[in-house]
Amino acid sequence: MSTEVSNVEELAIKDYKYGFQTEIETDVIPKGLSEETVRAISLKKDEPEWMLEWRLKAFRHWLTITKENEPAWANISYPEVDFQDIIYYAAPKQKISLNSLDEVDPELLKTFEKLGISLQEQKRLTGVAVDAVFDSVSVTTTFKAELSKLGIIFCSMSEAVQEHPDLVKKYIGSVVPYTDNFYAALNSAVFSDGSFCYIPKGVRCPMELSTYFRINTSGTGQFERTLLIADEGGYVSYLEGCTAPMRDENQLHAAVVELVALDDATIKYSTVQNWYPGNSEGLGGIYNFVTKRGACRGKNSKITWTQVETGSAITWKYPSCILQGDNSVGEFYSVAVTNNRQQADTGTKMIHLGKNTRSTIVSKGISAGKSNNSYRGLVRVHKKAENARNFTQCDSLLIGDKCGAHTFPYIEVANKSAKVEHEATTSKIGEDQLFYLRQRGIAMEDAINMIVNGYCKDVFRELPMEFAVEAQKLLSISLEGSVG
Amino acid sequence: MLTVKDLYVRVEDKEILKGINLQVNRGEVHAIMGPNGSGKSTLANVIAGKEGYEITGGEVTLDGKDLLDMLPEERAREGVFLAFQYPVEIPGVSNASFLKTALNEIRKHKGLEELDAMHFLKFMKEKMKMVGIDDNLINRPVNQGFSGGEKKRNEIFQLQMLQPTLAVLDETDSGLDIDALKVVSHGVNLFRNKDNAVVVVTHYQRLLNYIVPDFVHVLVSGRIVKSGGKELALELEDKGYDWVTNTVPAAETV
Ligand SMILES: Nc1ncnc2c1ncn2[C@@H]1O[C@H](COP(=O)(O)OP(=O)(O)OP(=O)(O)O)[C@@H](O)[C@H]1O
Ligand SMILES: [Mg+2]
Repeated sequence: MSTEVSNVEELAIKDYKYGFQTEIETDVIPKGLSEETVRAISLKKDEPEWMLEWRLKAFRHWLTITKENEPAWANISYPEVDFQDIIYYAAPKQKISLNSLDEVDPELLKTFEKLGISLQEQKRLTGVAVDAVFDSVSVTTTFKAELSKLGIIFCSMSEAVQEHPDLVKKYIGSVVPYTDNFYAALNSAVFSDGSFCYIPKGVRCPMELSTYFRINTSGTGQFERTLLIADEGGYVSYLEGCTAPMRDENQLHAAVVELVALDDATIKYSTVQNWYPGNSEGLGGIYNFVTKRGACRGKNSKITWTQVETGSAITWKYPSCILQGDNSVGEFYSVAVTNNRQQADTGTKMIHLGKNTRSTIVSKGISAGKSNNSYRGLVRVHKKAENARNFTQCDSLLIGDKCGAHTFPYIEVANKSAKVEHEATTSKIGEDQLFYLRQRGIAMEDAINMIVNGYCKDVFRELPMEFAVEAQKLLSISLEGSVG
Repeated sequence: MLTVKDLYVRVEDKEILKGINLQVNRGEVHAIMGPNGSGKSTLANVIAGKEGYEITGGEVTLDGKDLLDMLPEERAREGVFLAFQYPVEIPGVSNASFLKTALNEIRKHKGLEELDAMHFLKFMKEKMKMVGIDDNLINRPVNQGFSGGEKKRNEIFQLQMLQPTLAVLDETDSGLDIDALKVVSHGVNLFRNKDNAVVVVTHYQRLLNYIVPDFVHVLVSGRIVKSGGKELALELEDKGYDWVTNTVPAAETV
């Protein structure tokens, strides 16, 4: 009997909650991509010569690999992206040197408020510093003064290029070189802005650092570049949250995130992604092709990726860890929800190079509607990685019978002492579970949310408290009118 | 309060209930007994609104309201409670948070204020004592890894928490040891009052020593073939179901 399920299917599809566009004058470089575009971006940002050179090298490399090398192996399909039909730079037209929030364009502040992250509020909130990226330029950074007392650098990438060129030069592209893949090359050539963070030796960052990205100008590709470095013994927990207003045409989002953890350092990187997924027919929505990688360069270092992915028409991302230092630890906790016609191909790569390196992968995929959700994970143990350990738990939950879940685990072990465990389950949301909850007075949609949230508990537990709450809300928004 | 009139139910072309009539009034306890597969759980599930059954005739009303026209959650909010024969596990959802949501949904429906965490906790503690259930079970995910007896006890705990007007207990005694049976029965007896009613489905007379029914009905092959007072259960235990099936008046078997 599938009566329960068809009931779910009848529920109305609700509108994307964050669909609106802010009217702000923007400073735009004309559509299209050429060496001139790259130079223009660099010029707008008043960059030093070395940065422009790096961008140009990346661009020339990108030209050599061209479109045939656009990755085609992921379990997703989408119309071709026309790279000449994208605006590569759009900055809100106003001075960036602001002394207080009062000087910020009120329209902009309203946008943040609609997103539920009013900076006024954030400023008062203890312990959360926000570096807000609005389209391509960081508009305002809070808590900077407090952080700088500890020697922590937390600023926009553009500012880091100006103020901390040595650090940027040393680390940019050191984890994700521009030769890495098609989108990494593209990002390196045209990246607009992003966040930069440096935690000095022995410093524990006392607050959660957080960035909210938002795609605004029509037809803008968003190419963020994030670089986080935790020096010896440093600790930082970082949250990235994303929303994008509603669009008719698909928008490309190709970010690069690089993390570097030196000896005894720990980086926790949490993402809540709810870019516009497109309407129920799959029109509009974001193409989210992101390269995220962390290098556990030092001994005893640790990098934890936690992601809750509910948005985008297409998501293609594999936050990975390179476990180079002995005893280093990599963790990946993921919840990926797809509804309607969304497609997600996500997972991780754990590359064990050092001795006694350990990795844990917990992936929860939830598919509803006519969506497709794939887990793709690689665990590679190199010859010299004595006593490497991996544990992988990979679960898929199906809501309705028109969606798909797929699991592609790749395991490559070149050292006999390695222990690699892989567990995978696929289940349908239980009609008996739904009836049980409903019999106690809980409405169908709430019952689905409750079951799904319970299912994701192991991942949510890894998120900072307030974001776990947000993640649960997002989950229910994206499952609203689940199956269709 | 509960009126079942001439109820016919099918599952996948198989007729399971064939004209059930049942009148349950406030303050009463009714026991339904009958052999395996006779349709007892089906009746309980249809009252609670489980989908997958085809109602081909008859009606079910609660205080005159048509239950068959309501969603399961609406029936629950109207005061229908089903203690499940096989309570399901819900991984990752704590018993306490599940019950808080359920209780507040029901309170909202009744026009009562929702309980905040503190008041809920206080209320829950009282009920926990009453049913003899400990913190450990409350904080664990709903029914997950509970023993059979613990699951049943949890059902009665929920009964106490949600205070429905009609409680249907489907074989709540199965799988209980004698001490647990006493605790569970005690919980049900504390629940009973002049404003609510209990329907217990059981195979065993033993439970009825603890939860003493006002009426006993025997369900065989989808029909109530005999009704009587509590002594009927004793007689059944003594003589078996063959006795009732053989003594069914010819007119009723048509
Ligand atoms: N979903 C279903 N699909 C097919 N047959 C069903 C379904 N539900 C119930 N039945 C059948 O209906 C009949 C009555 O089942 P029901 O569970 O109501 O019996 P019961 O009296 O509760 O039995 P027990 O004492 O074993 O619990 C059985 O023959 C059962 O196999
Ligand atoms: Mg039964």
